[in-house]
Order: sequence, then structure tokens, then C-alpha cells
Amino acid sequence: MRNPQLNSHGELQHLLTIDGLPREILAAILDTAAPFTEVAEREVKKLPLLRGKSVFNLFFENSTRTRTTFEIAAKRLSADVINLNISTSSTAKGETLLDTVDNLCAMQADMFVVRHAASGAPFLIAQHLAAMGLEHIHVINAGDGRHAHPTQGLLDMYTIRHYKKDFTGLTVAIIGDLLHSRVARSQIHALTALGVPELRVIGPKTLIPTDVAQLGVRVFHDMRAGLKDVDVVMMLRLQNERMQGALLPSPQEFFKYYGLTADKLECARPDAIVMHPGPMNRGVEIDSAVADGPHAVILPQVTFGIAVRMAVMSMLAGN
Amino acid sequence: MVMPDAERLCLALAEHLRTGLHPDTALVGIHTGGVWVAERLHAALGLKTPLGTLDVAFYRDDFSRSGLHAQLKPSDIPFDVEDRPIVIVDDVLYTGRTIRAAMNEIFDYGRPARIDLAVLIDRGGRELPVCPRWVAHALTLDPDKNLQLERSDAGVLSLRLIDA
Repeated sequence: MRNPQLNSHGELQHLLTIDGLPREILAAILDTAAPFTEVAEREVKKLPLLRGKSVFNLFFENSTRTRTTFEIAAKRLSADVINLNISTSSTAKGETLLDTVDNLCAMQADMFVVRHAASGAPFLIAQHLAAMGLEHIHVINAGDGRHAHPTQGLLDMYTIRHYKKDFTGLTVAIIGDLLHSRVARSQIHALTALGVPELRVIGPKTLIPTDVAQLGVRVFHDMRAGLKDVDVVMMLRLQNERMQGALLPSPQEFFKYYGLTADKLECARPDAIVMHPGPMNRGVEIDSAVADGPHAVILPQVTFGIAVRMAVMSMLAGN
Repeated sequence: MVMPDAERLCLALAEHLRTGLHPDTALVGIHTGGVWVAERLHAALGLKTPLGTLDVAFYRDDFSRSGLHAQLKPSDIPFDVEDRPIVIVDDVLYTGRTIRAAMNEIFDYGRPARIDLAVLIDRGGRELPVCPRWVAHALTLDPDKNLQLERSDAGVLSLRLIDA
């Protein structure tokens, strides 16, 4: 079966997940994002690439940063952006996901940016569009359940490449709640595809998926051991709202063992960078001294996120 | 058809420009060939304003048909565009659509005092009302031909005629 994200020419039609995307397409997205970063420096921060196109932000789950950066990206490309906060609209009145999509297609949508609590929801929409013969409408996954958050993974890769230039000599550690993290899944697929030789995950046994080693990563439960000589530290948010049952004794105890402090960070390389997808829980997974310290590249990640999303939207719209 | 010598045309173009330029004039080369020509002109004319470069891919009118090409270069306008005389430099002028895109892009950086156009070759075939102020060489080519400026590893420019 063809990769559902690619069209018959092997070009990116939708962005649903990083899993299974060839390295060339990942590299092309990162290369394309670079010239978009310069647009933020201009008097007029706008390009005409998506002029006359309608981008629908379909957020079935709350989000501030991701929705805002997608909105800015689309607006800088001159698209018309329509934000639907669906958790408080039609679905609450009983409309199905695909009925919502059909209605928006009838309003001449060109692109859907979808966040949904159910894994696979953006794929379902893409499949539905194909079945309806609406292949000209593109879907971008902005985070689905525990599955994937591909633009976050891509902006993380852009950030790493910006600071470290090359992936093929790096040791990278992903730390925290991997069990509930769609961000971590996208990061692992991207880092592996781009040729990172040493990929580690660090966290308590209850928050590391049992089969994660199959993805080619080394699992550490001791944070200092896992951080030794690491070039890139990728923190994850402790997903309080996803936490069910007694996976953790308390946020305080989590911080003691897995919170990133300046002291623990000393195990990593002196020029290590510290990343976080946001929103941060200060004093839970990361100490303020590190979050605001010289190793942190957390705010540049947000800025790069706009250029990466502009690149993805432009590539999809042109394919 | 024998193509004219590109290096010699660059020198001739620089001589054409020398008399008509304001001291604050900035050159803006269009990637990729236009940047090579602009670099030659910038050095020959000893201009004090740094050279600007544009990749007009973001402003092309055929984006919805052909998408983005693979090797995008960042645009770089290292001077204040506001009230400045600007000369757009390109290698081969054909339909005029690239120049239209370049002018749109320049206006997103500010309001220039004026914009002129200098090209190495005018091959005819205009589809927009674009008229260069300086041309090093004019010729007429059939639509099934493309004229490309190339740069050797040693940095020497040459023109090559290929099938479109």
C-alpha cells in the first residue's frame, strides 16, 4: 500500500506522521524552512504563496502555542485562516468528525490543520477526502492522541540542525513521560531517519513504553547515567491531564529523580542544548535555572516552529 | 548559434551602468545567475552599499502549478530599501514574470526611490510590460530554447543554449 501521506508522484500530500517518511523528504522540509526564517525580519512579514487559500484550524483539543504558530504561519503565507474551537461547538451538539469535515469542504477549504484526542483522526480525514475525490485538500496533523505530532518533531529537528549542524555524530536523550507523548514518538522517528547514531530515552519504568527499545533506542532509568556526554537534551512535559492511575507517587518525587537541574545537566556535554516542546512545568520536569539558562533553546524552538510550519504548508499546497 | 562571451558582457554591462548610477544605488541580484552577474557589477563599479540577493520562488505566479523548487536560497537585503534607488540584476530577461516577482518582493522590504533593471541578455518574448534600462546583448530566441548562465568550478561565467 502506498504511504497515505504521499501522492502518486511520491510528493508530500498530507503530513500525518514522520514514521515512514523518507529521509529525503525530511531533509527537504528542513531545507525549505531555512529561507522562511528570514521573512520575520522584513517590514512586511508576508509571502503570497497561499493567497486565496483557506486554512481551517480544527482543534478538537485545547492548544495555545501550536494553534497560534500554525495561524501565524498560514497568515504569513497570506492564507485566510479560520479557527474552529470544536471542543465547544458542533461536536458538542452531536455532529460526527466526518460530517464536520464535509461541511467545511462545502465552504471551499484548502487545508485542514487537525488536533484530536483520538490517535488516527487526521488519517481518517485524509482517507475520507481521498474517498470523496477531494485530493486537492491537504491535511496536517497538529497532534493526535498518543500517536504523532509531526510538525513538533520537525521543528525540533530544525532546532538541532541549527545548533549542531549535523545529525550523524550526535548523542540525543529524550527525557520524561514517553508513555503519553506523541511528541516523543515523532522525535524518535525523525532522529532515527536523519541518522542520529545514539538515541536514549530516560524516565521511570511506569512512563516508558515497554516496547520502546524496538525503535532502536537505549533505555535509562537513572538520569545521570543517561545524560552522560549527551549533545542534545530533549525534555518532555509531564502530562498531568493524561495521567491515569498511580503511575507516579507525586510531581515532587518526579522532579527529584527526573527533573532537569543544573547539577544533573553537568553530566551532559558542556555545549549541550536543552529543548522542551512546551508548555513547561517548572519545578516538575525542568528547573527554572535550566529553563532560563544558557543551554536552553526553548524559545528559538517556538520561532523556528513558524518557519517549519510555513515550509510544510507551502510544500503541501504546491504538490 | 555561437553564444556571446558572458565575462565580456559583464564588463560591458558595468560600463553601461557606470554613468547612470546614484551613489546610494543598491544592486539586487536574482538567484542564481543574476547574483553572479550582480557580483561582477558590484566589484567593477566599487559600490559602497552591500549587494542584495533575491530568490523570487516565494513570489512566482506559477507556484500553484509547479510548487516550490527544491533548492531555495534565502533572500538577503542587507540595506534599508526605503527611498533608495535599486537596480535589479538578472542574467537572461524573457517573459518579465521573474522581474514582476522580484519587484513585489522588494516592496515587502520598503518603498524604494526607484527600481531599474540591468540584464546580461534580452532574449525577447515579453509577457509583461517590463523594459530593462541596461542590456549588454539582445537577441531573439524561439520559445523552445532556454538560455542559461553557467559558472565553472574556476568561477568563469558562460552562456549555454539548451532545449526548453
